[in-house]
Formats: sequence, structure tokens, C-alpha cells
Amino acid sequence: MNGIKRVLHYMQGYKKQAVLAPSFKLLEALMDLLTPLIVAAIINQGVLKQDMGLVWKYFALLILLAILGMGFSFTAQWFAARASVGCTTGLRQALFDHIENLSYTELDTLGTDTLITRMTSDMNQVQNGINLALRLLLRSPFIVLGAVIMAFTIDVKAALVFLVTVPVLSIVVFGIMVASIPLHRKAQNGLDRLLGTTRENLTGVRVIRAFHKETAEIQEFDQENEALTRMNEFVGRLSSFMNPATYAIVNIATIILIQVGALQVSNGSIAQGDMVALYNYMAQIIVELIKLASLIININKFIACADRIDSIFQIESSIHYPKEKVDQAKSPRDCFDTPAVVFDHVTFQYAGTGENALEDIDFSVAKGSTIGVIGGTGSGKSTLVHLIPRFYDATCGGVYISGKNVKDYSEGELIQRIGMVPQKAVLFEGSIRDNLLWGNPDATDEDLWEALTIAQGREVVEGKEGKLDYLLEQNGRNLSGGQKQRLTIARALVRKPEILIMDDSSSALDFATDLKLRQAIHSLDHDMTVFIVSQRTSSVRTADQILVLDDGKLSGIGNHEELMQNCNLYQEIYYSQFPEEKPKDWVRIGKGEEVKA
Amino acid sequence: MKDKNRKNVSSMETFRKVLTVIAKYRVLLLFSVILAGITVILQLYIPILFGDTIDLIVDKGQVDFASMKPILLEIFGLVILTSLLTWFMNLINNRLTYRTVQDIRSKAIRQIENLPLSYLDSHSTGDVVQRVIADVDQLSDGLLLGFTQLFSGVITIVVTLIFMFSKNVEITLLVLILTPVSFLVAKFISSRSYAMFQKQTKTRGKQTALINEMVGNEKVVKAFGHEEEASKQFRKLNEDLQRYSEKAIFFSSLTNPSTRAVNNVIYALVALIGAGRILSGRLTVGGLTVLLSYANQYMKPFNDISSVITELQNALACAQRVFDLIEAEPESADCNQELVIKEENHGSVDIEHVNFSYVKDQKLIEDFNFHAEPGQKIAIVGPTGCGKTTFINLLMRFYDVDCGRITIDGQAINQVSRGSLRTNYGMVLQETWIKNATVRENIAFGNPEATDEEIIHAAKEAHSYEFIRRMPKGLDTILHEDDLSQGEKQLLCITRVMLLMPPMLILDEATSSIDTRTELLIQEAFDKLMKGRTSFVVAHRLSTIRNADCILVMNQGRIIEQGSHEELMAQNGFYTNLYNSQFAGVEI
Repeated sequence: MNGIKRVLHYMQGYKKQAVLAPSFKLLEALMDLLTPLIVAAIINQGVLKQDMGLVWKYFALLILLAILGMGFSFTAQWFAARASVGCTTGLRQALFDHIENLSYTELDTLGTDTLITRMTSDMNQVQNGINLALRLLLRSPFIVLGAVIMAFTIDVKAALVFLVTVPVLSIVVFGIMVASIPLHRKAQNGLDRLLGTTRENLTGVRVIRAFHKETAEIQEFDQENEALTRMNEFVGRLSSFMNPATYAIVNIATIILIQVGALQVSNGSIAQGDMVALYNYMAQIIVELIKLASLIININKFIACADRIDSIFQIESSIHYPKEKVDQAKSPRDCFDTPAVVFDHVTFQYAGTGENALEDIDFSVAKGSTIGVIGGTGSGKSTLVHLIPRFYDATCGGVYISGKNVKDYSEGELIQRIGMVPQKAVLFEGSIRDNLLWGNPDATDEDLWEALTIAQGREVVEGKEGKLDYLLEQNGRNLSGGQKQRLTIARALVRKPEILIMDDSSSALDFATDLKLRQAIHSLDHDMTVFIVSQRTSSVRTADQILVLDDGKLSGIGNHEELMQNCNLYQEIYYSQFPEEKPKDWVRIGKGEEVKA
Repeated sequence: MKDKNRKNVSSMETFRKVLTVIAKYRVLLLFSVILAGITVILQLYIPILFGDTIDLIVDKGQVDFASMKPILLEIFGLVILTSLLTWFMNLINNRLTYRTVQDIRSKAIRQIENLPLSYLDSHSTGDVVQRVIADVDQLSDGLLLGFTQLFSGVITIVVTLIFMFSKNVEITLLVLILTPVSFLVAKFISSRSYAMFQKQTKTRGKQTALINEMVGNEKVVKAFGHEEEASKQFRKLNEDLQRYSEKAIFFSSLTNPSTRAVNNVIYALVALIGAGRILSGRLTVGGLTVLLSYANQYMKPFNDISSVITELQNALACAQRVFDLIEAEPESADCNQELVIKEENHGSVDIEHVNFSYVKDQKLIEDFNFHAEPGQKIAIVGPTGCGKTTFINLLMRFYDVDCGRITIDGQAINQVSRGSLRTNYGMVLQETWIKNATVRENIAFGNPEATDEEIIHAAKEAHSYEFIRRMPKGLDTILHEDDLSQGEKQLLCITRVMLLMPPMLILDEATSSIDTRTELLIQEAFDKLMKGRTSFVVAHRLSTIRNADCILVMNQGRIIEQGSHEELMAQNGFYTNLYNSQFAGVEI
């Protein structure tokens, strides 16, 4: 129910509309309720008293009711549209801003697909739900109740029939509905499973055939198919009871109503026209109850969506920034020259996993030096560099930038010092200039060209129509992988960062360009500390210091020559890429021995 | 005109096919239609009886209780009958739709397992999934239920008109003439709201794109502190959307009140004229009650029919798509003969004068000849699109050669059963496939009887055991597509083959996402495993295939060079270039 609360919160600015919409809807319903009374009057006063003039008068009244009803309804629709759209607009903006404030940890757990669904289809469902609720939620109960009251104003004895019929009908309609909602959900899950299996059979067709597993897969599908059909039939049997049951109840009630009414007419309590009116009210009740039932199913969906949206709001960012500026630099090492980056016995665990992704990482990096980070798949290379801009907080130990713990930097302060080139080259819809300005909104065109030159992207941009104004499509689709990568490197350089982090970001560049890039960065005059994450030894061999990671642990640190002397893992990686340099007598020690088994 | 005819014919054709599918339920369908007809007539007849009873209740002391009793008893009987028949009809429809859906889907999955790869490669997965799931649902909802609804809608209109005419001709004519007015009103409004809807759709599309971009790449947004800028951009679109949505929703929601107003006017007219007719003695009060309730309900079947017709058209299109899938030409008939590979002679492969192309006019592989000795390791290299993967497709008989033949130990592969051919190969592809099942089930895919020891042994060989052990439930962890990195998925696929120890091996870029060191270890494990067995390896990292017995260098569908690494390097040709280009810029 928290979802509803959240929605109501954003309704605050639309209180007036939210009250007026159902009110006008009720006025319209009132017109509907009056109609049978007027028809009764036509019969009682016009027909029985043979007065055609009165009939004309009541006819005019009916037309007036029709027009008024339409007017009230239009007004109600307008307020409902304003309130539902306005409220959802506010909710959507708030959710977007909330997502923008989540940290990497929450983004990892939630997954971007989930977030996108919440922002789009769930939001639309909520908007429809509010709109429906404002317009119809009160209307149907009002008409049902109104019909009963109207019946009482006509004749108390006849009205007692209504008093019994309404609860009986409600029990049948809502009982079936309540019983079938969870079953519908189960059936939907079954369908999802079947869909997953179908997809699996298509994506895995080569593997399935290679292993000759077609029959086994068909059996699995058949089982799920049968289960789904049984579930569907079961729900279907339940709902197929609804129509005939309500039909029987209402008509039997009408039979009783006519008998009671006949007695009342016979003893002169009511007239024939009143009998007709009672008959019409009975018909209205059933129509409205069925409408209400289907409305409630929709509202149920809306509540589920609102709850899902609310669950995102409930998640708070796990990264907190200091309220006041922490000025004193708490250097972990007593050095005269403060190092650019220090990892002080850092251990890190991703949320929800039991294993350390990084364990006891301890090193220090001098300002202006170049650091290579190398290691196998999943050895923790990216994780390590993600701790520098505080995308994640270390579980134990501390990360220090320019002598200050990353946790003591205020929001945005740290990011400003770091230029990040992510593993996946991501660009955004807009001009090349727009994209590069992400690095620094105040940069001049000259700055941009300078960054492009270093990133080896000058020719790429010069080759495009409109140069910096060239429009990129979504995700930079209209560029090749290598071109995108150069632009993402330039984007980071535009910031003129103190620390540049390239997370395996030259993988789409050929060896020659990669080399030129590194040389250009090396020749920059300002003191930039550079982290190069790579699987290629050729990309890191010129670094001042290379960190060799193995399964989250630092298994070697030093320059290329040192590591070739004392780090077995580094040698292994190197020789796997340059087998011709492998000395004949070189033998692998350690891990590789398992292979013998 | 001609075109329209053809369209109708194909719709009829599709409809006929649907009928053949539900042939075994034809008795049910017949019952459903008959019951629909009966219940509609009964439901319309009962109000007339009620009208008759009202005519018996005239005024104080003028109530004919004696005549009323049998009518009320009749109504009671008919109501119970109608309810029962409606219930039966619902049950029948229920069974009919769900069983038909199940039948069609079970046909579809069998078809999927038997379709030639050429069909599946040329249709996107999403497209085929939609045919099997959404289209089949639409087919059953739209065609089966739509048919019944259409039928009962038409009967309702006809019977209503007959009953109304029997009560009063003028009023019936009036209703007949005025009803189209509400259609016109509805049409007028929807054409007005269409423009607003278009604007709304366009803005919403833009907003969705922005959400996809920003939220989808939230990490990059955060890395550059771009949050506020993104929020501003979003706010602008959001406000535009608010403006357009308000209007679109408002205009479209005018349809119902407007048509209702038109109906209310008709209702008032019926009351007016009816009253006049009663005064002149040509109608009874009960008759007026019946006419009023008919006038109220008369619009409903029209609305139903118009929505059912759109639904039907839609369903026919879906049915067409479903039939396109289940009637597509399956793979050629399979042979019963099993492929036998003798223990001492592990598969010599001969490729003789093979021609093959995916598209008739675009030649790809031409006069391909090759002989692999038993136990040899054959590497295939070449630039993208040179035909490496096509070669694998032919070896596995995912595609059949256009001419020429491929033999294994002298047995032509198109004369043995596909299953026996394929199970003799262990195959790992670059594109990994992980089932939504436990790690154990994934590894034991080819041999469900494998013991845990065997599985763990294979996992150790394939270097996947390290990460499997770290998973929350080890071998019992249920895997989902996104749980593993690409490299880990490749390791699992390799484990799957390691467990089987097949006589021959195909590795198509099987280690492309694994780091070079682990790749080397796996390669060694494979080399050991494949000692004396024939293997085919496609790799883009040339360092991993240097020790192959024979390297085939392919370009544009042809073998342009062939030999061992040393021989090819000595030739100083295409291969030498390819090999050296990897290491350009190493020296500093």
C-alpha cells in the first residue's frame, strides 16, 4: 500500500482536480439515476392521466438530463486528465532524479532493465490507473447505492428485495474476482516460463542439435505447455461461473420484485409506472457491479505498479558524502611529496556476494606516473579502478587521493579530478561537441580539438560532416567501435583531469594507434596520473608501475623488467601473447600445474 | 480490386487452416455456436415476458395475479436454463481455446527443432518467439472467441429488431435511423484526438529514448557528474509530455459521454413516442418497458461487432504468421544409418569439390577440397566473412552442401543420421548458450547421467571450477542469462564438451572472451584431450593455433594457403601478413 501513499503525495498539487473529477462524475451518475423516475412519471402521470402535454414536459426534462450529464461528464474527464497526468509527471521526474542519485552498488543490484521498466511502462500504468480511479471508482458504488435508495423512495417493501440482492451479487462478483487474481498471476508466470523455454530453444538451436537433445527439449516444453494449459483451464472454469450466476441472481430477484410490486400496486401503495422504475433500477445494478469488478482488476494492476515504483524510491544510495568540508589532509604515509593515489590495505566485496572481489590491495602511486593494471578475466582490474572515483566504497581499508580519504571529499569534488574512460564506449545522442562537453562544460572548441588530437580522434571528427557539430545517434550508433573509443578518451581528457583512468579502453584500437595514444598522453605537460587497465602486455609494458592482479589479490607490482624477473603470472601472460619470445627452458610453476592432473 | 480479391482468398485460406487445426474439436465448436445462438435468443426473450407481467399490473385492484403466476414460472425456468446454457458455453469455449493453443504450440516447438538452420538464421529470435507465444494467444482469442462473439452479436441485432418490430414499427424505425448518429459522433471525436495522440506518442518516444540512454548508461552519467544536466533535459521532455498527454487523454475520453448522450436522447424519444402510442392504444406499458430496455442495449452489439472485426483481422494476420512458421519446409528427411567412428581410426574427414552459398546468386564456397588425417588439429584462419563459420556449418550439417560431398571415415555425412553425426563432434561456439537451469544441468547437458565427480573433473579441466565453487549454491545454482560474464559462459560451454570427450572437436572462437593465459591453459587441456582425435579450431588470436598440424587460410570462401605455421611463415604470404599485423607497434 506504500505505492498509493507515494502517489497521493504527488497528487498534492492537484487536490482541487482530484476532488472535482469524481464529484462531477457523481453528478453525472445522478442524472442516470433520475432517468427511471422520469420514465415512471411519464407512465403514471402522462399515460394514465391521458395528458400528452405532461409527456412532452418530461421528454424535455429527459433531454435536459442527457445534456447536463454530458456536460458534467466532460468536466469530470478534464479534471481527471489533469490530475492523473500532473501527478504522474511529478512522480516520473522524482523517480528519474532519484535514480540519478543512486550509487553503482544499487545500480548493480537493481539492473538498468528494471529501472527502465519502472520509468516507462509502470509509470504509464499508474497514470491510467489514477485516471480510471478518479473517474469510475466512486461512480459504480454510487449508482448501486443510489438505485437502492431510489427504490426505497418508491416503495419500502419492494426496496427490501434490493437490499438482499446487492450483497448477494457483490459476494458472487467479488468472490470470484478475489479468488481468480492470484490464479491469473500464476498463469502469467507459466506463460513467461514457456516464453523463456521457447527463446532458449531458438538461441541454443546449434548447441541443442550438436548434442542431439531435440527430444529432451520437446519433452520439457510439452510439460510446461501442459501445466500452463491446466492452469488456464482452471482459472477459466472459475470465471466462466461469473456471468451465468449473476444473470440468474438478478433475474430471480426481478421475479420476486415483480411479485412484491404486484401486491403493492394491487393494494394501491404504488402505481404501474413505479413498477417500471423499480424494474429499471434492478437492471442498472448488475451493469454497474460488473463494471466495478473489471475496474478493480485494473486498479489492482495499478497498485502493483505503484508499489514497484515505490520500492525503487525506498532504496537509498549507499554512498554518503560529508556534510561539511573536511579540510585536513590525513595522509596515511609520512611523505613529503603526497602521492596521487594510495590504496591502504583495501578489501572489497560486491553487495550480495560472499567472496572478496579485491583482497588486501596495498600500493601507492606518485603524481604524474603511469600505472598499468593487468590480470585475467574476473581478476578485479575494473573493480580496483572503480574504487578511485568512489563508485564503490572499500569494505576494509581506505583509498586516498592526494592524501585525503575519498570519503572526505564532498559530492562532485572527487569526480571533477578524475577522467574516466569506461570499458564500454558509450556516447549519447547529440553533437560530438555536446558529448565532449560532458568532460567540462566550460571547454572551448580549442580545448576539444586538443583533447581529440591526443585521443587520436582528430581525423575521425575532421572526416565527419559538420565536424564537432556532427550529430551522433543514440549510443553513438553511427560510429564504429574504434571511433567511439577515441571520442570517449577525448571526453575524459577535456576535463584535464589529475587522474586519467582507461579501463581496457583501447581494446578496439589497433596496436599502432594504441601506441600513438599512449605516447601522446605521455608527452602531456601537465602532471597527470594515468591508470591503464588492459589484457595486453603491450599496452602496459612502458608503465612506471604495473599491478598484476590474480583472483582479487595483488600478485606482483613493479615495472615490466622487474616483473619479467620475479612475477611468474606476468611472465605467463606475456608469453601467452608473445610465444616466440618464450625461452625454451621456461616452465610454468604454481597454478598451471593443476593441468597435469 | 484484384488485389482485394487475392487478400480475401488468402484470409479464407488462413481461416480454412485454422479450421483444420481445430478439426478434432469441431463438435465442441458446433456446440459453442449453437449454445451462443440459443442463449442470445433466450436473453432477449425474457424481457418481453417481464413486459407482459408489467401489463398485468395496471392499478389498484387491477392486478391479474392468476395470469401472472404461469408467466413468472416460465421466466424462472428460462432464466435457470439460460444460466446453465451460458455456463456450458463458457466451459466449452474455455476448453476449446486453451487446448487449441496448446496444440498449436506443441506443433510449433516440434517444428522449431526440425527447421533448417537457414530458416532460423534468417528470422530473429524475437520474431519466432512472438509467433509461438503472442500470436498464438491472439489467434485463439481473436478467431475462436471473436467468431462466437461476432455470431452472437449478429443474432442479437437480428432478434432485437424482430422483437422490436413486433412491439412497434415506428419506434423501431426511429432507433434504426438514429443509431448511426452516435457512430458519427464517436468518429468525429477520435479524428480530433488523433493529432494529440500523435504528439503524445512522439514525445513519449523521445522521453523513452532519453530514459534508455541515461538510465541505461547511468554509470557513465555518474562518472562525469552529469546527473543535474540529465535531470534538466528530462524535465523539459516531461513537461512537454504533460501538456500533450492531458489533451490526448481528455479528448479521447469524450467519446463515451458523447455517445451516451446520443443514446439518452434516443431513449427520451422512445419514451415520448411510446407514451403517445400508448395513449392512442397501439402499445402497452409493458411493451414500452421492453422497447426502452432494447433501445438501451441496442448499441452494445454494434460496438462489440466493430471491435470484434478489428480483432478478427488482427487475429487472421497472427494466424498467418503462425502458419508461416509451422508450415515452413522442415529439414530433409533423416537417414537411419548411424555414423560409426572406429576407436583406432578417429575420423578422417574428406571434403570433395564442395560448393555452397547462403543466397543462390552470391557464390561463397567454391570447389572446396580438403583432407584431414585422423587425429590432426586443423586450424582455420582468415579475415571476417571469409567463410570460417560457414565451414563449421557444413561440417555439422547445419547447412547442406550445394554440390560435392563431405565424408567421415569414408561415410558421406548426408547418408547418416544427423544426430549420430553431430554427437560425434564436440562443439563450442563463440556465441555461448546457457540454459535457465542449474550449473549441473548445464554442464551435464550432453550426458544427464554424469556423476558429480565427472562433472567436477571436467570443470577443473576447463578451469571453470574456480568460479563455480564461488557461486552461492555451487553446482546447484540456477543460472540466468545475465549472471555470468561472457568469459565465464565460455568456460561453462567448454566444460560441457570436456565432460563428453567426443571423438572429434569443433571450436569456433570458443575462447575469444577468455584472457590469454587461461585460454592457453584450456588449449593445453584440449590438446591433451584430443590426442589422436580430429579437431577443427577457428581462432582470431593466431598465437593459440601455432601448434596446429595444418592451418587453412581462407579468404572469400576459398582456401588460399595451407600448411603448418612454419611452412606458412616461410611462404611470406597472406598468413604472414595476418600474423604480423597482430603485433604491430609492440616495439617502443
